[in-house]
This record gives sequence, C-alpha cells and structure tokens, in this order.
Amino acid sequence: MAEAATVHSKRRITNLVMTSLTAICAVFATSVLLIIIGFIAYQGISSLSWEFLTDTPKPVGEGGGIGNAIVGSAMMTLLAAAIGLPIGIAAGVYLAEFGKNWYGNTIRFIADTLIGVPSIIIGIFIYTVVVMPMGRQSGLAGGLALAIIMIPIVARTTEEMINLVPNSMREGALALGAPQWRVSWNIVLPAATSGIATGAMLAIARITGETAPLLFTALNSRFYNFYYDQPMSSLTVQIYNFATGPFEVEHAMAWAATLLLVGFILVINIVVRYLTRKKY
Amino acid sequence: MAQSSTLGDKVYRTILFAAATSILLIVAAVFYMMVQSSIPTLQRFGIGFLWASEWNPSQELFGALPFIYGTVVSSILALLIAVPISLGIAIFLVEQAPKKIAKPIAFMIELLAAIPSVVYGLWGIFVLAPFIRTYLGPVLQDNLGFLPFFQGRLTGIGMLTGGIILAIMITPIITAVVRDVLEAVPNTQREAALALGATKWETTMIVLGNAASGIAGAVVLGLGRAVGETMAVTMVIGNSPQITASLFEPAYTIASVLAANFADATDELYLSALIEMALVLFLVTVVINGLAKLLIMSVAGRANASKHT
Repeated sequence: MAEAATVHSKRRITNLVMTSLTAICAVFATSVLLIIIGFIAYQGISSLSWEFLTDTPKPVGEGGGIGNAIVGSAMMTLLAAAIGLPIGIAAGVYLAEFGKNWYGNTIRFIADTLIGVPSIIIGIFIYTVVVMPMGRQSGLAGGLALAIIMIPIVARTTEEMINLVPNSMREGALALGAPQWRVSWNIVLPAATSGIATGAMLAIARITGETAPLLFTALNSRFYNFYYDQPMSSLTVQIYNFATGPFEVEHAMAWAATLLLVGFILVINIVVRYLTRKKY
Repeated sequence: MAQSSTLGDKVYRTILFAAATSILLIVAAVFYMMVQSSIPTLQRFGIGFLWASEWNPSQELFGALPFIYGTVVSSILALLIAVPISLGIAIFLVEQAPKKIAKPIAFMIELLAAIPSVVYGLWGIFVLAPFIRTYLGPVLQDNLGFLPFFQGRLTGIGMLTGGIILAIMITPIITAVVRDVLEAVPNTQREAALALGATKWETTMIVLGNAASGIAGAVVLGLGRAVGETMAVTMVIGNSPQITASLFEPAYTIASVLAANFADATDELYLSALIEMALVLFLVTVVINGLAKLLIMSVAGRANASKHT
C-alpha cells in the first residue's frame, strides 16, 4: 500500500516537473524575442534622425546616413516583386487548378526544394549568369536574385489559398457554361485575392531581410543610385558592413538601420496576422 | 463559341504551365551553372577536395574539410540546444496551455523566424558574444574545463556562439512543425491514455511516441536550415579555417566562407573551389529537405508537410 503511494507520488512529481519544464521552454523562447527586439529598439532609437534617414554614408566621424540604402532596398524589392509575384502566382494557380498529376507533384517538390536552398547559393547562381556576363554588380542582379527566392514561396502560398476556395463556386460557374479559364480567372482568383495578397506581403517582408544573395550581386554603393545597371546599396548589406566595421559610430548606425528594417518586417507580419485572424 | 473557349483555355493553361515550369528550369539552371563553374577544381583535385584540410588560396591549396567540419559541428550544436527547447514549447502549446495563452506565444515564436539573419548576426556580435565571453564561457570553463570542448582562448567569437545563434534561429521552424505533427495525433489516443489513469505527462509521452517520425522530420528540417544559414553565422563564428575540438575557438562554415570570400575570389581556381563547396551545400540541403518532407508527410499528411519546407 505504502509502495503504491510512493509510485503514485513519483508519477505525480514527474508530471509536475516535466509540465513546468515545457512552460519554461515557452517562456524562455518568448523572452529571447523580447530581448532581441528590446535591444534593437533601445540601441537603434538614439541614432535615428532625419539626417540619418536621408543622407549617404560618409567617412567615420562626419555623420552620414542610410538614405541610399533605403532607396536601393526599395528598388530591388520592387523589381523582385514585379518579376516574382506574377510568375509565382501563375505557378501557384497552375498547381492548384491543373497540378493534381505527376507533373504538378514534380513542380511542387522542386518548388519546396528551391525554398530550402540557402539564399547565398541563389546569389552565386546570379553571379555566374548575370554579374559575370555584365562585367559588374548591379541592382538588376540583386533584384533578380530576390525574385528567384520569392517565386517558389509565392507559388506555394497561392496554391494553398486557391485550394481554400470552395469547389461549389467552380462547379456553379462551370455548370453555367463558363470556360475553365473564365472560372479560374473571374471566379476563383477574386475569391482567393486577399489570401494571395497576404502571402505576397509576407514574401516581400522575407526578401527585404535577405542579405546573402545581395552581397556579390548588388554589392554596395556609397551614393544614391537610381539605375538598375549600377551597383546598389541595400539596408541589409549596409547593416552587415556597419556591424563588422571597427568603429563605434558605425555600430550605432547598424542598430538604427536594423530598427528600421525589423520595424518594417514586424509591422507586415503583425498586420497580416491581424487580417487573417479569423481563419486560424 | 465553343471554339473560342477552348482557345482561351489553351492560352490560359499554357501561360500557367510556363510559369510553373520556370521553377523547374531555375533549379536545373542553378545546378548546371554550379557544376559547370566547379569543373576547374573538380579536374585539379578530384573528390579528394572534400577531405583535404589545407586552405590557403594564395598558394592554391584548396581543401573543403575545415568548412565541412565547421558546418557539421555548428549544426549539431544548434540541434542539441534547439531540439529539446522546441519540443518543450510545442508540447506546452499543444498539450498543456489553454488556447488564450497558446495563441499569442505561438505567434511570438513565429515572429522569431521573421527576423532577418543579418539582424541575428548584429545581435550576436554585440549582445551574445560579450555574454558568452564574460558569463557563460567562464562558467563552462570552471565546471567542464577538463573537456577538450571548453578549453582554449575565450573571445566570445567562435563555434559556440555560432551554434547558439543557429539554435535560436531554427527553434521557430522545429517548433512549428512539431506543433502540426502533435495536432495531427488523434485526440482519442489522449483520451484513452487519460481514461486508463495516465498522468498528463505520461499521456504526452504516448502522443510523442506516435508522432515520432514526424518529430524526426522536424529535426531534419531544422538541420537543413542550420546547414544553410549564412549571415548570422558568418558574423559570429570567427571565420578561421581550422579544425579544433574547442568550441571557444573560431571556425568556418561552407555558407560563411562563401559570404566572406566570394567577392574577393578573382582567380579562376579560387572561385571554382568556392563554387564547388556551394554545390556540395546545395546537394546536401536538397537531400536533407527531401528527407524531412518524407518524414513529416508520413505523420501530418501532405498539406502540412508542404507548409514548412
């Protein structure tokens, strides 16, 4: 009887210890997020100023800013979205509407593979097919690298969103005699638009934070550059250069640029979460 | 009428088909260009390139072993830290926490995955590395200093810091997949265990047992991320091509040598050596991700498996 009681209490203690440990894991991970964001906000806010946001990098001690990096990031993200969104969405529609066969499965598998490929490898690929033939790094090369990263992500989220559209809508339109492309384009796609748009926003947030594929495709630039055929600065590469530089002033600028970048990315993520809250 | 609609269907379908096929062509082109560009090193060093340990570009000595070693050790280190924590979080979120608490915590952990790699690197240089230099490192040295892993000079920049940063970065992805896998386990199993008098934890263990292959898939997926992670590791691992047991010493990974040296590689053989390592990394991540997908699919079904890869 007493033995049974100790076995029982042992089980209860194990239960208590292990369940508390899992809670501690959750608390630990959320505090890491808060610590990281806290540091970025605390360190970054002191260097933010109008001059910092509009000026170009200057020799250490003369101030300077990241205006050209903001413009560069925006231009390359825009180019990537202009190429990556249409191709990605079209590929996603194909997978959802015509991809329930071996070819669709192959594309699906290849897309997932491409999502898993480290982004630096995409950078090297673009280096060999764009930078080497052109003879120099450029915003075009950077934007293309980001587009390649974007295409499979957008394709897979688009497919998922289209799959959420009820089949009865398709059947209704087909029964009324509409051709398949009309059904897909005028009935199914509009119904999935908000889902596809949130997927696109998340993909844009993701490529804005990419550094590795830009390092040797877009390189960097100390000046405002509005031409895609020239080397282009970006927020992420600028943060990397500031952070690995030797001077305190540069480190402060790295934190401020990070505040801007992380702020942008987190706002997109939170807005998307807010907009899709009912579905989850 | 019928004529125009079939024509429309054909055009529409062809455009979509071309877009889908472009993904296939991109991957094929990436593979082809990398093989093509690594031919000089392949011809010069053959397969021995992978286990040669000398790396000195100025003397045309190219061996990939230090980088393979650094990639393997930093990834294993990351898994050792991240897997138990991720399992704990996922169990907490699925098996224990009420929905009201679980939802915001799950979202915050997802946000960890949205933070860019270069930001983890910045944080690693200025927060984590000093923390390891002044607090964690000395504690490890005092208590476990007899082990070869915790000897050597302690600068805060090195293998250990790289491993910890990687662990933080792969925790959200492992957590998310384990959550899906646990949620896919039928509730009847939990009810049956509880009805037999099992405690909450004993029930959880049974659920974990039934989700084992999916959890293995989550771990493999985390490994795939760790192996390919570039910027954060480049910024904190110290970038020195050496093979040493000490976790305090600087090291190098394949991804970080690409990030740090590719721009300087003007010589054809040097460039080719780097691209051959990129090819190795590419093939390794493709195999790892494929394996993870198969494992996760066996438990959570098709939809969930595709969601994370």
